Amino acid sequence: MARNDTRWGNPAVYAAALLLIGVMLGPVIYIILGGFRTNSQIITDPAGLPHPWVGANYTDVLTSDTFWRQVGNSTIVALITTVAVVTLGVMASYVLARYKFRGRGAMYALFASGLMFPVTVAITPLYILVKNLGLVNTLPGVILPQIAFALPTTIIILVPFLRAIPKEIEEAAAIDRCSRLGFFWRMVLPLSVPGLITTGILAFIGSWNSYLLPLFILNDQDSFTLPLGVQAFSSQYSVDTAKVLAFTSLSMIPALVFFSLFERRIVGGLTGAVKG
Amino acid sequence: MSSNVGGKSTTVTEDASGKRVRSGGGGQTPPPLRPRRRGIGWAQRLEIAALSGPALLMFVGFVIFPVVMAAYYGFYKWKGYGKPTNFVGLDNYRTILTDSSFHQALWHNGQIVVLSLILQGPIAICLALLLNRKVRGQSLIRVLIFVPYVIAEVIVGTAWALMLQAGGAVNDVLRSTGLDGLAQDWLANRSLAIWTLMFILTWKYVGFAVILFLAGMQNIPEELSEAAAVDGASYWQTQRRITLPLLGPTIRIWAFLSIIGALQLFDLVYIIWGQYVASTAGTSTMATYMVVEGRNAANYGYGNAVAVVIFFISLIIALVYQRFVLRRDTEGALTGGQ
Repeated sequence: MARNDTRWGNPAVYAAALLLIGVMLGPVIYIILGGFRTNSQIITDPAGLPHPWVGANYTDVLTSDTFWRQVGNSTIVALITTVAVVTLGVMASYVLARYKFRGRGAMYALFASGLMFPVTVAITPLYILVKNLGLVNTLPGVILPQIAFALPTTIIILVPFLRAIPKEIEEAAAIDRCSRLGFFWRMVLPLSVPGLITTGILAFIGSWNSYLLPLFILNDQDSFTLPLGVQAFSSQYSVDTAKVLAFTSLSMIPALVFFSLFERRIVGGLTGAVKG
Repeated sequence: MSSNVGGKSTTVTEDASGKRVRSGGGGQTPPPLRPRRRGIGWAQRLEIAALSGPALLMFVGFVIFPVVMAAYYGFYKWKGYGKPTNFVGLDNYRTILTDSSFHQALWHNGQIVVLSLILQGPIAICLALLLNRKVRGQSLIRVLIFVPYVIAEVIVGTAWALMLQAGGAVNDVLRSTGLDGLAQDWLANRSLAIWTLMFILTWKYVGFAVILFLAGMQNIPEELSEAAAVDGASYWQTQRRITLPLLGPTIRIWAFLSIIGALQLFDLVYIIWGQYVASTAGTSTMATYMVVEGRNAANYGYGNAVAVVIFFISLIIALVYQRFVLRRDTEGALTGGQ
């Protein structure tokens, strides 16, 4: 029972945690610091610290039009995708969670089946579909499929969330002559905000990082989103490693900020969903 | 499930309108509550259609339809321009199933599926247990561990490719710490590359597993471990006998997602090993094979056929998994509802 005394202060736990943080963050720190070095520094001493610190790589990237255009494209795509996924997702989830009708099970199974098939399987015909719609090299060409492919996760997380809203609230609302739609608007939406935030963050990060779909749809430099930009930049400047690192580290900031702001919410929002 | 709810609203009806409704059911109807109970009135149908229609339309249009079209295009030899006219029957499939580079890709996918489960599962469980304890700085650690998961595959790939190349940072660190013998060509060495890939995959995706497990652990009532502590159970006993068994459903769902993800792996391999090196380095996957042989070679008919093969392999594995592993979880869910 002596073990119990050390339960909250075990140094081994902290040592493990430190080691872990080192492994997890090593590459990230390498990218960020590498951006502050020169190419000759990187070649002579690949793992060293910046000496002296050079800001030119970062200022070069930050003053280039290409970078900001790609940031703009990624932001537009991610925001529209997120808003649309959450809106369509919560509407469909409300139906699946709180209406009784024939075919409900089938509808849920249909959306759930989407979870099994990420964009990889459908990418070739999807490209042809987008091409036939005349949306190649346009942002809607990326946004529309992304919305569709983000729906399954959203719905599967939201349905248990909406189902958990007590029946009594709905009955009380009905007695107060509140229609089902009014109940949805006035009660369900405010009560499901944590779930909406979780799914919204997942959709945003997924869209911000998405690579395969833009790779197929966007061929024109002007329409590139950041992931494509990073790859194009790193093959274009393959000898200028320092600049590539600066570009890379700047492009990961938004997703990181977004995530660290809402990390707690993600775990909270998933709690209802993983029950099975 | 519907019987349950029907029963509930019958009770409401009784309460509202008096004693005699229950036996009769036909004659007297309490006006305000009746339409809600019947449930399939035209107004409600309209609501259902209006609320779920847009999502259904998007989903069917951009997910189901392309998958179906893939099956159609797969029967043609087609360069992607105009309508496919050169019908070749099962030729594409015959080529795929006899192509040794596809066999290799399939074999790599198999290795990745198994190794992902073996490596990421235990690590993620340990990390989740660690983060579930009340440790100082816990919230910081939680954010940090998810960092790799949040960073784009492209960034991760670019960074690791730079660090792992023969003259890169990793070998430099090994040499400067006197471990020259361990310095390797991590990316190009055929017998090593798959392990390099597994390391990067674990690094990248273990955070996702930890998120899921942490969320699952929140569902386990604290009273259980408190009771165990009262009975004199040690920390490890509590985790082994209470937390792990109750985490079972979450672990099984994670394993499912991990298997599907591993079968469709594309981004990291394509970015780190490029379009051509992947097959020689021994890291090619079915998805990189599909993109290289389909899109890059402008053989869209063939690419679609590969997509169909990936689809069926995933589907079969998913169904088998659901049938034999997830069954008890869903069984519980279904019987719980009735």
